[in-house]
Amino acid sequence: MSKILDDLRYADSHEWVKLDGDIATVGITDYAQHALGSIVYVDMPEPGDEVTAGEEFGAVESVKAASDLISPVSGEVVEINSDLEDSPELVNEDAFANWIMKVKVSDPSEIDSLLDAAAYAGICEE
Amino acid sequence: MEETLIKTCLHDRHVKAGALMSPFGGFDMPIQYKGITEEHNAVRHEVGVFDVSHMGEVRIKGRQAYDYVSHIFVNDVTGAPDGQIFYGMMCYENGTTVDDLLVYKVNDEEYFLVINAANIDKDVAWIKENAVGFDVTVEDESPRYGEVALQGPLAEKTLEEVLGLDGKDIPFYNFKTFDVDGEEIIVSRTGYTGEDGFEIYGSHDYIVKVWDRLMEAGVQPCGLGCRDTLRFEVGLPLYGHELSDQITPIEGSLSMFVKLDKPSFIGKEALARQKAEGVKRRIVGIELEGSAVPRAGYPVIVDGEQVGEVTTGYKSISTGKSVAMAMVAKPYDKLGTPVEIQIRKKRFPGKVVKKRFYDKNYKK
Repeated sequence: MSKILDDLRYADSHEWVKLDGDIATVGITDYAQHALGSIVYVDMPEPGDEVTAGEEFGAVESVKAASDLISPVSGEVVEINSDLEDSPELVNEDAFANWIMKVKVSDPSEIDSLLDAAAYAGICEE
Repeated sequence: MEETLIKTCLHDRHVKAGALMSPFGGFDMPIQYKGITEEHNAVRHEVGVFDVSHMGEVRIKGRQAYDYVSHIFVNDVTGAPDGQIFYGMMCYENGTTVDDLLVYKVNDEEYFLVINAANIDKDVAWIKENAVGFDVTVEDESPRYGEVALQGPLAEKTLEEVLGLDGKDIPFYNFKTFDVDGEEIIVSRTGYTGEDGFEIYGSHDYIVKVWDRLMEAGVQPCGLGCRDTLRFEVGLPLYGHELSDQITPIEGSLSMFVKLDKPSFIGKEALARQKAEGVKRRIVGIELEGSAVPRAGYPVIVDGEQVGEVTTGYKSISTGKSVAMAMVAKPYDKLGTPVEIQIRKKRFPGKVVKKRFYDKNYKK
């Protein structure tokens, strides 16, 4: 059973978001890291890049395949988790502690359209 | 219309063991059990077993079997002792590749061909078509054989201790037959991993018994996922990637298996011309800086222009480096040539290297 944290919001493409003021922290879920298997590379945007809700902002690579990362929010990337450049496997170890990017969101209300923990748990069980 | 996938004799074992299954070459095959990395490392450092029952087997028999095999095979089996095995290709008249295969010499009047799963129908048709005028019979024996590949430094020991088969006296690229419970099984010292190992061919019943015994002994079952990472690291080609009906063995950087001093074989004129004139493109290795992962189809770029594309790429499990095999235009095939690979929106720098990313560990 994958871990799901109650205080986060989720996209059905398996990213999680935590909003503090207008800064959204984004990562992939425990379910996603488990489904991918050993992660060997995380392709991240650069600070200053614009991301758009519902659009690709990078990729997570396992041995066999690359999976697109879909941004759950729109805005400007203000920070990336540079630890993942050398140690992408941290995402396998703890997908919620090891976030991927922080975004200064242009529209904080976007987060209301994302799933809550219970709804996301439903998707993972399908 | 959805094609019905063929199940090997070990299919229910894979499903029961919870293997991740996926279509490959018309078969429903296990991609991984525990994880590609764990399975890869088991083969590199200990031993692992693969279900390779999807491979095709064709038996050529008759008075002119030697002449016929010489006619369709680019390698030279002349003068080989019985029990020797050759790797090589069958080519079209224009030099592109029908398939790459192993040829087992049973004797001068009998050869056993092992071909790729995805190519069985095409190969058998081509082999039969070209047998016209030769005193030989061509039998597709694929449906009656199951096959497992036991691979890794502990393969010889496992073969003897778990299966009671003595592989000590089988040299590299040779085979022996054994009588087991009234059945003739074939054991060859071959594989597709760069490690020592054996491939075992027998009836479905026998292969299921072999599998069950290996599982009881705790041998790691391996899927096609790590079969690909293992063969890739030691620079072995995969049909459909480094060889195809658009790619000649010379372009595939496999000229050492093409014996142009043979009197004749299908495709010889085209291949001889290509060798003499030089190819316009060929398969090379590329090593990237950093750890972005090159994948098949990604463009190879020099000075902003595309000069080729990746045919297979991984972050190598054994070395940790991001490496690829790629088809690139001349003169960018020279060792040390700086190139870039386009990975999604970014370009990553690297250079042309030898396509052997990890040293083979054969027992010769």
